[in-house]
Amino acid sequence: MSRVALVTGGSRGIGRAIAVELARTGHRVAINYARRPDAAEATAGLVTEAGGTAITIQADVGDDDDVAAMVETVITELGPVEVLVNNAGITRDGLLLRMSSADWDDVMSTNLRSLYLCSKSVLRAMVRARWGRIISIGSVSGIAGNPGQTNYAATKAGVIGFTKSLAKEVGSRGITVNAVAPGFVETELTAELGEETAAAAVNSIALGRLGRPAEVASLVGYLASDAAAYITGQAIVVDGGLAL
Amino acid sequence: MERVEIESKLVDLLVEELGIERDNITMSAKFEEDLEVDSLGVVELLMALEDNFDVKIPDDEAEGITTVGEAVDIVSTKING
Repeated sequence: MSRVALVTGGSRGIGRAIAVELARTGHRVAINYARRPDAAEATAGLVTEAGGTAITIQADVGDDDDVAAMVETVITELGPVEVLVNNAGITRDGLLLRMSSADWDDVMSTNLRSLYLCSKSVLRAMVRARWGRIISIGSVSGIAGNPGQTNYAATKAGVIGFTKSLAKEVGSRGITVNAVAPGFVETELTAELGEETAAAAVNSIALGRLGRPAEVASLVGYLASDAAAYITGQAIVVDGGLAL
Repeated sequence: MERVEIESKLVDLLVEELGIERDNITMSAKFEEDLEVDSLGVVELLMALEDNFDVKIPDDEAEGITTVGEAVDIVSTKING
């Protein structure tokens, strides 16, 4: 069975690894991206190499019209979304005392409003099909907190509350809703931290290294599968033992 | 559209979409209490009504629907004005 998956923010980093993993496990994958068509195409290339089918779609996941058009495109080209991975996320780090409203609002929109918009847009078909998977990428920041990330951490804690509530709403219809909370994973997002911060981070990780995107993606692949049918409303941490 | 036509279509939807026993459906039956349709089931029914009758039922109006007859009423009003 080839199910349809939509991965938001699928052009780079963890999203790219998730797109490839879902292709490897037999999904047809829609890769959403915001600004980097070249990166999205590169991900689509990796999906094809993994033996899968991919399309790429530009959309601001915090924008009502963009999300409606994106989901419409997926339905037309691949079919109704059966697996939604809310992965798109941005950071606008800074101490709260110096944080602008724009930095707060941008992070809220891309990281949290997107969950409302994207999940709502695909849920109707899932309810009707009595099957669905909604997997959202949170962060250890949303559980343990992180200085300089009040905006980001608030959205990632929000991901967990959203996940638990929606899991209760739609569980009776065979739809599972889960969150995956990575710690420090080697991506462009963490590369911005600089070597000193990264080295300090590694010191507090039980496994003594940063995570790899594929190590987050494998859990997402599992949660998307039939094997994970009895897991819902969970926020599963993949952090190498950082937040212990 | 005749009211009886809307009634019959709506009963079909309840049977097909929500798996309710046809014999249990009366116009005065309450969705949640008599037919054991949960709140999400009522939302599903509304979506099915909108699709099948090509009408839009706003949330504030949808909140007032508790019985099968009231669902017929609202669809009838939307279609026939």
